Amino acid sequence: MSDHEYTPTSKVGKWFNDRLPLLTLANHLTDYPTPKNLNYWWTFGGILTFCLITQIVTGLTLAMHYIAHADMAFESVEHIMRDVNYGWLIRYIHANGASMFFLAVYIHIFRSLFYGSYKSPREIIWIIGIIIYLLMMAAAFMGYVLPWGQMSFWGATVITNLFSAIPLVGEGIVTWLWGGYSVDNPTLTRFFTLHYLIPFLILGLVVLHIWALHVPGNNNPVGIDIKKPSKDTVPFHPYIVIKDGFALLMFMIVFAFFVFYSPNILGHADNYIEANPMVTPAHIVPEWYLLPFYAILRSVPDKLLGVVAMLSAILILAVLPWLDTSKIRSAVFRPLYKQFYWILVADVLILGYMGAMPAEGLYLLIARVATAYYFLHFLVILPVLGFKEKTLPIPLSITEPVLGGSPNLAMAKNKESIDK
Amino acid sequence: MKNFIKLFSIIVLFFFTFTQSQSAEKVDYLKTDWSFKGLFGKFDRGSLQRGYQVYTEVCASCHSMKYLSYRNLGEKGGPEFSEAEVKAIAASFEVIDGPNADGEMFERPAKLSDKFVMPYENVKAAQAANGGAYPPDMSVLVKARGGGVDYIYSLLQGYEDAPAGMTLDEGVHYNKYMYGNKIRMSAPLSDDLIEYGDGTKATVEQMSKDVTTFLMWAAEPHLESRHQMGFKAIIYLIILTILVYFSMKKIWSRVESEV
Repeated sequence: MSDHEYTPTSKVGKWFNDRLPLLTLANHLTDYPTPKNLNYWWTFGGILTFCLITQIVTGLTLAMHYIAHADMAFESVEHIMRDVNYGWLIRYIHANGASMFFLAVYIHIFRSLFYGSYKSPREIIWIIGIIIYLLMMAAAFMGYVLPWGQMSFWGATVITNLFSAIPLVGEGIVTWLWGGYSVDNPTLTRFFTLHYLIPFLILGLVVLHIWALHVPGNNNPVGIDIKKPSKDTVPFHPYIVIKDGFALLMFMIVFAFFVFYSPNILGHADNYIEANPMVTPAHIVPEWYLLPFYAILRSVPDKLLGVVAMLSAILILAVLPWLDTSKIRSAVFRPLYKQFYWILVADVLILGYMGAMPAEGLYLLIARVATAYYFLHFLVILPVLGFKEKTLPIPLSITEPVLGGSPNLAMAKNKESIDK
Repeated sequence: MKNFIKLFSIIVLFFFTFTQSQSAEKVDYLKTDWSFKGLFGKFDRGSLQRGYQVYTEVCASCHSMKYLSYRNLGEKGGPEFSEAEVKAIAASFEVIDGPNADGEMFERPAKLSDKFVMPYENVKAAQAANGGAYPPDMSVLVKARGGGVDYIYSLLQGYEDAPAGMTLDEGVHYNKYMYGNKIRMSAPLSDDLIEYGDGTKATVEQMSKDVTTFLMWAAEPHLESRHQMGFKAIIYLIILTILVYFSMKKIWSRVESEV
């Protein structure tokens, strides 16, 4: 934790702090030495905290008016939209907030991939992050079921049915998940309960995520270990606080635009039709943030293997620190990895697009190639690259490349790419 | 700051691509000027009132609107009928209430607080009366269809004779904007079908526009206040962002690093 001992100046403060060192904690958080070269990709941690708090606060308010019952859920949502004071605002913030949350988390994850933030000594931060991401997906999926529209119902049916692929016990597990023989009221009530629970689990994990971060300190665009505190660091407050605040405000402008001017553009029209077990929608599609995994699921012809592939696509990230054999963290000094990184980004975007398209013909073929490449990237390219790649020389400190004065031309060029 | 603009545009581009890809298979719908689109979009009060007239005289014989109450018709941001008008509208419908002190259900004229009276008692009754097809509830219909208002507007004007070679079952009609082109509902509108109270000529086009506007309001009764609040919120955020930007520049000028 903090490198120097902190003693409160006031007597009361000292008395309290000796018994519960909250002031020491606060002091640690404000003084926390942060690399001064963090770029805007690093602001998404703070943005994500904002997203989580927003979802919890709006969610609590919605829960006061929502009725978790198959016959009343849809109507209660309309009640919120029409008759609850500013209910429309709260619901639209919550619904679009989920999309904003995932947008931010994807940027956060891909930032980590680019700068090698998952590597030693930050493996635990990374793994906690992956667990948070999994819980987010669970929470978002269950939240989408609650309005009890057509996509809610059929999405729940499709996803829960995946468990039936498990040999022998699959069918039993599905019945157990549903609390009956089809998606119905018991399914809705348990999904509501879990949807309410998960954000608090995420909150707890976020505390651990940040705690684990504060042990080694932030990674940085150069990806080198730095002395703390030193010329290379700035205290978290006010430097990082104001920078995160600025980025958060920009993010909120985008957020507000969706909430106020296109609140339904990220959702599916069918979810404004009340759930009807007798009518199946023409295309059952998940929300945009789950589409890449949906594409992976559908690109495997066998149901069980499809589920395995989809889960592996996420879980493979958890072992990433050991799949990436390179000692160099930042892609800035890894010319080959940098190219493969952007191919991976394109690959995931392609998968997302294919997930929204019907699984047939050319779409299916592209989805299969993209799925294969996704696993190839993590299982073959990354391990091999660590041994084969000729990396660029890394600077000794942050100040060195920033202040110039390095005789190495390659490094001067790196400075440019860091700034970008 | 340069980095930031880059990042910002990537996000915007990403969502733009996404929303475009979603509407990739969009049909070319008929276009008209909707007064409620855009940053300051508001409903055209006259159109809403005429639209209510079309709804109640034409659509309401089959389509329910169960999430709306009569009081909504007089509320701000809606058709804004006067209180006397809304009371008269409500009183023209009979609702079943009760049980009374004798344990009997009884009929009474609707009040402001009552929900719109439904044309059929339940879905089965609606299906039985419409050849097996259920006329969907119209409360959120605009939001429940991919093309939104443009789709509804086009559909109402999309009735044509079926192309040669296409056979239609009894009671099925051809509509070039309907999914699959087959629709159970017969063409609901024809020129001068109703007589507008304000003297506007009741062409099919005019009625389609009015009733669609009314349906948009029914689905989003707070659209006007949403637009107004949105504009204020975004202006506030922009000003705050600028102030924070300069504060940030000032604070970071103390260290040799770029923000």
